[in-house]
Amino acid sequence: MFPVEFEYEAPTTVEEAIRLLAESGGEAKILAGGHSLLPMLKLRLAQPPLVIDIGRIAGLSGVSEQDGGLRIGATTTETAIQDSELVQRLCPLLSETAAHIGDQQVRNRGTIGGTLAHGDPAADMTAAVLAAGGSVTVQGPNGERTIPADDLFLDMMTTALEPDEVLTSVWVQTEGPRTGSAYEKFANAASGYAIAGVASVITLAADGTVARARIAITGVGSKATRASGVEAALQGKRADDQTIAAAAEHAVEGVDLIGDLHADESYREHLAKVIARRSIQRAVGRAATKS
Amino acid sequence: MVTTAPLVGQSVKRKEDPRLLTGNGRYLDDIRLPNTHHMAVRRSPYGHANILSIDTEAAANLPGVVGVFTAEDLKDSVKPLPCGMPAGGVENHLPPHRVLAQDRVRYVGDAVAFVVANDPYIAHDAMELIDVQYQELPAVVDAARAVEPGAPQLHDEAPGNICMHWTAGNKDDTDAAFANAEVVVKHHIYNQRLIPNPLETRGTLANYDAGTEETTLWVTSQLPHVHKILLSAFVLDIPEHKLRLIAPEIGGAFGSKIFLYADMALTAWASKHLGVPVKFVETRMENYVATQHGRDQTQDIELAARRDGTMLGLRVKSLANLGAYPSTIAPGVVTALFGRMVSGAYRIPAIWVEVDGVYTNTAMVDAYRGAGRPEATYLVERMVDLLADELAMDPVDVRRKNFIPPDAFPYTPPDLGMLPYDSGNYAVTLDRALNHVNYSALRAQQEEGRKAGRLMGIGISSYVEVCGLAPSSWIQKQGWGGPMYESAEIRVLPTGKISAVTGSLSHGQGHETTFAQIVADEFGVGMGDVEIKYGDTAGAPFGMGTYGSRSLAVGGTALQKSAQKIKEKILAIGANLLEVAPEDVEFDHGSVSVKGAPGSSKTLAEIAFAAWLNTGVPAGMEAGLEATTYYDPPSCTFPFGTHICVVDVDPDTGHVDIIRYVAVDDVGPVVNPMIVDGQLEGGIAQGIGQALFEGAVYDKFGYLLTGSMIDYAVPRASYLPNFELDRTVTPSPISAFGSKGVGEAGTIASTPAVANAVVDALSHLGIRDLQMPITPQRVWHALQQPK
Amino acid sequence: MTRIITLRVNGKSYENEVSPRLLLVHYLRDVLGLTGTHIACDTSQCGACTVMFNGESVKSCTMLAVQADGGEVKTVEGLATNGKLHPLQQGFWEKHGLQCGFCTPGMLMSSLNLLQRNPDPTPDEIRHALEGNLCRCTGYQNIVAAVQWAAQEMKAKPAAGVAE
Repeated sequence: MFPVEFEYEAPTTVEEAIRLLAESGGEAKILAGGHSLLPMLKLRLAQPPLVIDIGRIAGLSGVSEQDGGLRIGATTTETAIQDSELVQRLCPLLSETAAHIGDQQVRNRGTIGGTLAHGDPAADMTAAVLAAGGSVTVQGPNGERTIPADDLFLDMMTTALEPDEVLTSVWVQTEGPRTGSAYEKFANAASGYAIAGVASVITLAADGTVARARIAITGVGSKATRASGVEAALQGKRADDQTIAAAAEHAVEGVDLIGDLHADESYREHLAKVIARRSIQRAVGRAATKS
Repeated sequence: MVTTAPLVGQSVKRKEDPRLLTGNGRYLDDIRLPNTHHMAVRRSPYGHANILSIDTEAAANLPGVVGVFTAEDLKDSVKPLPCGMPAGGVENHLPPHRVLAQDRVRYVGDAVAFVVANDPYIAHDAMELIDVQYQELPAVVDAARAVEPGAPQLHDEAPGNICMHWTAGNKDDTDAAFANAEVVVKHHIYNQRLIPNPLETRGTLANYDAGTEETTLWVTSQLPHVHKILLSAFVLDIPEHKLRLIAPEIGGAFGSKIFLYADMALTAWASKHLGVPVKFVETRMENYVATQHGRDQTQDIELAARRDGTMLGLRVKSLANLGAYPSTIAPGVVTALFGRMVSGAYRIPAIWVEVDGVYTNTAMVDAYRGAGRPEATYLVERMVDLLADELAMDPVDVRRKNFIPPDAFPYTPPDLGMLPYDSGNYAVTLDRALNHVNYSALRAQQEEGRKAGRLMGIGISSYVEVCGLAPSSWIQKQGWGGPMYESAEIRVLPTGKISAVTGSLSHGQGHETTFAQIVADEFGVGMGDVEIKYGDTAGAPFGMGTYGSRSLAVGGTALQKSAQKIKEKILAIGANLLEVAPEDVEFDHGSVSVKGAPGSSKTLAEIAFAAWLNTGVPAGMEAGLEATTYYDPPSCTFPFGTHICVVDVDPDTGHVDIIRYVAVDDVGPVVNPMIVDGQLEGGIAQGIGQALFEGAVYDKFGYLLTGSMIDYAVPRASYLPNFELDRTVTPSPISAFGSKGVGEAGTIASTPAVANAVVDALSHLGIRDLQMPITPQRVWHALQQPK
Repeated sequence: MTRIITLRVNGKSYENEVSPRLLLVHYLRDVLGLTGTHIACDTSQCGACTVMFNGESVKSCTMLAVQADGGEVKTVEGLATNGKLHPLQQGFWEKHGLQCGFCTPGMLMSSLNLLQRNPDPTPDEIRHALEGNLCRCTGYQNIVAAVQWAAQEMKAKPAAGVAE
């Protein structure tokens, strides 16, 4: 497979990247790890005049503590997230989710910024960042702004990023006391993408009831989304198996279900509920063991 | 590495591996000729359409492009690709399969035009600039629909989209068996379409030498000699002595590299026309649409039996989807290798088989690992389980009751036109497999688990297959237009080293090792002194290639026969050198010595030196030390065995987990156990692929929905269990070592074992069948159906 | 417009002028002539093109050559040292971990990445770590055995598997 011809720039600052993007009238494509863009280039589904490689911009990769959460640079690879001691300790959901992405080679190159900016409806990290109460920082000609993850994913492969903006970092909440998380996935046997993926972050109150539940779902609709019906059904309840199962029944509320060769709508809906139940069960189990 | 005789029977490490492990294998795309140009093919995006116009100007004007060609350019010099194996004994409708579509395209992927450029990127850029205007026509992709009245018609030469109607067996006896039956089980199977997926796609590199007027084609081919003859005699304007084919290292094939493909002719023509080497290498997505697929048979089956489980008769009606054109051996494969094998491992007194070959707007279908036998085995092994279910018998007992008993061999299924099954002891493999899994304990476990909602299933498949494909006389009756022997040319070189050229061809099976073991043992030398060569039509007189699990049984026997011829001469020359009578010497451990006087001897090297320098060859004997054999066996071989698969089905998601897989195979005596086990393991994995994961799906317009590895699931390591292998050894009376063949056995056996296991897991819920691939989605939907 | 890239491949330095659209795998195969790295799919599924880039396994079909500028690549051609097979190569040979050999270079590089991360993997861990590599011949069983063999060998002789 052979991409069409394009120009290539590898700026060393975000400002330069934004300038190049602006000069292209938003036609250029940002390249980070390349694991969203390269497949599109190879199939000639993307034919940008210019590719802007942000992989050489210093300071865009790495994990650090910030504002009661974790700041993860846009070009941090999935493997780095999977292996990061900081992530494993403070937001294990992301580490667990990273391990489910593609395969080892894909994780070695694929970046968190790339996957979020691409907005693939079956990506894994989208759900994790939603459940982790995350946000992204984007930078454009008019400066920097923060987009809450809840507002980031608009539709299939469409995000709230403007064509002249670059996603520079991701922020997620740390999982505090009595909080457990899990990412559960049912993968397409061919592609490895999620047919249904559910990320859960559950905080239990001292009395064992659910103080806070953040549940997000991917793979089932045109975009990753919070499963607010599930969250509401858990809120304040004792998270026993029956309550969880009942809550999981709300998994696809408000979702515009997709059906395809691998999972028609009814099967996908059912799977989403099963996967939601399993994800919540594991998250609750972990929350219960964390003081 | 083991280097001393006897090597046959030992797990000798492979001779070919060091080059493959270090990046030194030379596959087609690794061959570099100076000034090589690259071909890209413009293919139809429509399943069925008239070509209104083709504008090549923009493509031709792109810098780097040296030619853009359509059917019009080739019409005087390249003829359609022939079908070499129509169905035997019946009328076949074989419309022309042109190398570039003329006026009309008949499947997505049909070649319309091609570009040659100095760079593969530019070739693809230019290919996309070719402007083809189409008028879309109604398409038909499903064989059952294609034969309905009013269905879109593909070819004037094939009314009703029918290639042929073929039958086997005895209709009257079968009707009588059904009339007397106590129970009849009916079933419908769609043995789905598969994409072969060798890791290396296909390709050709053509080089025309203006000085010698010779065209050399490097081709991803399982049978270069046959391809050479077909191309020279039927397709290209190149005389046979000016055409040379070389199959380089082949990155897997599984049947898909048996067939004649348009790119072989296009590159050959273009290289001569343009005066540069021209290379074509498929992309994977091209491979999916344009390289032959496998299976795709729709079957209606009826099995007549007595209530005690005794089978009385079998009726099979199969629609074989052949795709858009007749592929090289397709009509023969879907008839002889399928219909004549539906008796399976059982004594069924009366059988009647009908096969209709049907054209549809899909990629062509032809032999794919197992070729007809997986379709036959799946059918009969599913029917056995359905009969057991109907009679509330254990499927083990139904098998045992109907097995062809060991004293019945050679056994010929009545009136089916199959050669006699050579040898077998089927019950022993069943017993051993049952023993391995501890069958009765497993059944108890299943019963217990069901009470707790666990869906565990046990599936059995007792198979027999035909392989060692030969002899010429039989296969020619099945429609094949050529011979089916194998050649072997052995030359003991002047220094005593041995070069052996086989007409068969390794594409992963390890011929260089297995055959070297045989030859080294024959001459009493080490592995390192023997070189096995193949794949170059300039290196061997003729050869049939590798498919149908035939290399060892046929090609190995040919090698042994050549060795034996040479040994006669070695004895004669040795005796002459030792100045004794030939009957007074013996050949052992690589030297000839006088019987009873081992001190008086001549080494193989001394004898070979004398033979080639003509210094000591007995009077009246020619110089040289070589022999050629064309071995045409009297019959085929019939490996058999029993596989047992144990699965757990997740009731929530429908996911199937294989928790145990036991295979007891009998492929006769084995030359290299390590290689034989490897063939079985890979074969089993491929059969599991069909059962659980793989399936090519077209939409009604003829668009391939599973057009890449994103949508077509080739099994990954984590999807498969560890296979537990065991074997029994029943020699074949046909081949040199009694070996039967092993390339396809695993694939043939495993698909029904897995399917039977999944159905068994759900049988107590009233589920009697599941369509392959048995995906989680299908299982879940089955679980939702009210029973 | 073409660009000049400089990188080290198997310990040797190279400087070449390449088109931005040139994939790393084509650079290795067609510019450097290192044809041991293979191409088997269009969609980043099969892993036949896997090489080590800056010490980690990557699919060289899903990377532009210009992205590798300044980096360090190891291909199957660079796995053996001084003509001595790497324990992984030896393991694949011993355990019949290859048949047609087409997936093998990628399998070796992925296995190398695995053993760097986990020197003593279980069979399940090996199967999971090789999810990005398809083999159509072996059914994977002997590949798992080969990687285990190499892991044992590297534990017994730690110097044997050191990736330089």
